[in-house]
Amino acid sequence: MKIQVLGSGCATCKKLFELTKKATEELDLGAEVEYVTDVQKIIDMGLMSSPVLAIDGKPVLVGRVPETEKIKEIIAENIK
Amino acid sequence: MFYPLQLLADWLTYGIFRIAAGTLLAGAVDFFILDTTKIFILLAVIIFCVSIIRSYLPPEKIRAVLAHKNQYVGNALASLLGIITPFCSCSAIPLFLGFIQAGVPLGTTFSFLVASPMINEVALVMLLGLFGWKIAMLYIISGLVIAMLSGTIIGKLKMESLVEPFVYQNVVSADGDLPRMTGKERIVYAKDYVLDILKRVWLYVVIGIGVGAWIHGYVPADLIAHYAGDGTWYAVPLAVLIGIPLYSNAAGIIPLVSVLTEKGVSMGTTLAFMMSVTALSLPEFMILKKVMKPKLILIFAGIVGVGIIFTGYLFNAIL
Repeated sequence: MKIQVLGSGCATCKKLFELTKKATEELDLGAEVEYVTDVQKIIDMGLMSSPVLAIDGKPVLVGRVPETEKIKEIIAENIK
Repeated sequence: MFYPLQLLADWLTYGIFRIAAGTLLAGAVDFFILDTTKIFILLAVIIFCVSIIRSYLPPEKIRAVLAHKNQYVGNALASLLGIITPFCSCSAIPLFLGFIQAGVPLGTTFSFLVASPMINEVALVMLLGLFGWKIAMLYIISGLVIAMLSGTIIGKLKMESLVEPFVYQNVVSADGDLPRMTGKERIVYAKDYVLDILKRVWLYVVIGIGVGAWIHGYVPADLIAHYAGDGTWYAVPLAVLIGIPLYSNAAGIIPLVSVLTEKGVSMGTTLAFMMSVTALSLPEFMILKKVMKPKLILIFAGIVGVGIIFTGYLFNAIL
């Protein structure tokens, strides 16, 4: 399983990266979270807003930074 | 509509702080309380509504609409949709790449790039709260016209060769799939967005209105009118030049400008200044250098700048 946070390197994107790391640790997934700052990657996914949370290349959260609990929920829903 | 706030301001000024009525200090304090409460209420309500609308119309959906329209309809739509899309210098590149690579024409993309920062919700709230709805409408309409015309001109000039070649080397589909949001998520999103904006602008608003209140109470009107009234021809272009480096402080600048207007700066000059503050931004130009040649940035800034100056003179003449 590949968990990525994609962003343009701005403060909001970093925040999502930190919260996602925390969420995966709390879920005990043993997965690394990758932080991607190549904007073209976001465009290639068909998106234009940052930050993006993607699981196995599929965007599951776009353009906003919710609380850790919500991020956990989203990850849990999408790793089945 | 804001009558209860006036009562609150009067009660605090004369009842609680016990400042003698009719003094300069009383005028300034009363003015400060009224304007700050009014602006914060408007900011919360309007940004909340705009965020809810935006959660239904993210840039990805807007692009899907724009990629399938002819250019003139596209430019008009792009300008309108630019109103609800927030803009910061860090979102400029993804938006530009995403639009162009999905086949949105260059002119339409520029219409959007002009309208999105120029007609933003913070500027609108400040105008609505401090100048009234007529001036706010005037600002929106002239902003839309400038955005549409700039896009159309850039489209006609066939400037594609001035975009960095790598931009066109990649093509994406405009019909990407977005994760869905529930109603509750939209409300949380809108609430978070309101708090985020308030956190970013509150200090500017308070300082802007504070200095404004001081000018309102203490600075004589003819001093300012002498330098920036109807009679001075250079007031409009000067206002536009001063506005270019002031982008991030729109929230603090509008209260100042509103007081200056009250003291005799003409309305056209004021509108031109505010458009320049929001639409022409130095940091944005620097960032756009990654995706286009400096010549195109200059042409873009030139067209928008001329449009703003023209609007300034027009409203100085008719208002």
